[in-house]
Amino acid sequence: MIDFVVHDEGDSVGVVVVEGVKAGDKISGWIMDQDKEVEFTAGSDIPIGHKLAIKPMKEGDTVIKYGVDIGKVVADIDKGEHAHVQNIKTKRW
Amino acid sequence: MPLDLSNTTFLGYRRENGRVGVRNHVIILPVDDLANAACEAVANNINGTMALPHPYGRLQFGEDLELHFRTLIGTGANPNVAAVVVIGIENGWTQRVVDGIAATGKPVTGFGIEQHGDHETILKASQVAKEYVQWASELHREEAQLSDLWVSTKCGESDTTSGCGSNPTVGNAFDKMYPHGTTLLFGETSEITGGEHLVAERCRNDEVRERFMFMFNRYQDMINRHKTSDLSESQPTKGNIEGGLTTIEEKALGNIQKIGKQCLVDGVLDKAEAPTGPGLWFMDSSSAAAEMVTLAAAAGYVVHLFPTGQGNIIGNPIIPVIKICANPRTVRTMSEHVDVDVSGLLRKEMTPDEAGDALLDSMFRTANGRLTSAEALGHREFVLTRLYESA
Repeated sequence: MIDFVVHDEGDSVGVVVVEGVKAGDKISGWIMDQDKEVEFTAGSDIPIGHKLAIKPMKEGDTVIKYGVDIGKVVADIDKGEHAHVQNIKTKRW
Repeated sequence: MPLDLSNTTFLGYRRENGRVGVRNHVIILPVDDLANAACEAVANNINGTMALPHPYGRLQFGEDLELHFRTLIGTGANPNVAAVVVIGIENGWTQRVVDGIAATGKPVTGFGIEQHGDHETILKASQVAKEYVQWASELHREEAQLSDLWVSTKCGESDTTSGCGSNPTVGNAFDKMYPHGTTLLFGETSEITGGEHLVAERCRNDEVRERFMFMFNRYQDMINRHKTSDLSESQPTKGNIEGGLTTIEEKALGNIQKIGKQCLVDGVLDKAEAPTGPGLWFMDSSSAAAEMVTLAAAAGYVVHLFPTGQGNIIGNPIIPVIKICANPRTVRTMSEHVDVDVSGLLRKEMTPDEAGDALLDSMFRTANGRLTSAEALGHREFVLTRLYESA
């Protein structure tokens, strides 16, 4: 059972692909490019399609997805926590 | 068994200029907003015809006017269209649209409303529309090659599943069609932001790269000129954010999965401009779904591949729009809009190659005549792109 996917093992976030993930749930991830599986504990309730941090990130860090810069951290995020507009912003515009 | 495209053909309508369409529409095309009522009346009178109402066409000037003409003429010229009745308030611009469409060799007649009124115009236009639709009903599909097919793509109401599922599925299909001389298109200039370096790397040569970066920077300049914030809730949209996409960069990197891993960007087009050969083309275009699909149709594309995450329900009046979705919640809650369900990709129950083949299979069935969900549901979003205010 795959609960979240990660594009590349260098990424700092993964994507939840099932409904109903709650804080404290044990969840399984699939790293697509390297075809590896990882186990995690969800740090927040995370809706389907939303991201979780797969490594801890500090304010000012760059967020990596697809192996590429997708924006900056504006509030610290712990491993397993919901990573979205409340703690990540664009570097453009 | 993986799909073997080397011998794959489809059944289409070969038009007077050699292009092949997959639909056989007779359209009643208004030049301007004032002609919408007459066009809709003609389409009501004559079964099998379709009016394409829109809100523009008066007092436009310069580049914006040229785009208006290019879009209307391109729509009428599209090989999915068998014949066209054009109606405008006056004869001058009406004739310009008629002449543009007539260059394809297909039947087209124009009517100006001034000095006749709606009643007489509707009567005369209906008489012509009846002749056209009866003539078109006797045209037959014939076997055509992949090199006869023009396929465009644009995604909408994307979410994170678009980048891992439905967009790479289009990319897989593009990579498979590209070697067979299919004419392919992507665009959405603002939604390349954050991945522009990756598209630039895929350009065939420096000339194409420079033209792509010119279009990209032109769009960025426009956004910077008009923006009042970081565009949160416009790009990404509220729907994108609801679906888990956080920044334009993240959205863009998901977006460009649609161009696959192998095909090169062979050329760059301005809005509604027709490509001049096979290969993958980038069109400078809005990222709003109906605007981009309308521009793709005006450039001559005949089938559109549309991945969605949260469930964009768009269709187009003249080109079939095939929806691909990898979000299991959307597939469950909006199944009537989804043509190809690739949610199995995210459960590792489907490989990218299987997903690409499922899409190609759906695309060929659609090309051969099967109605898409959007067609069956009556979605005909025809939206003209404007560049600035009228004079």
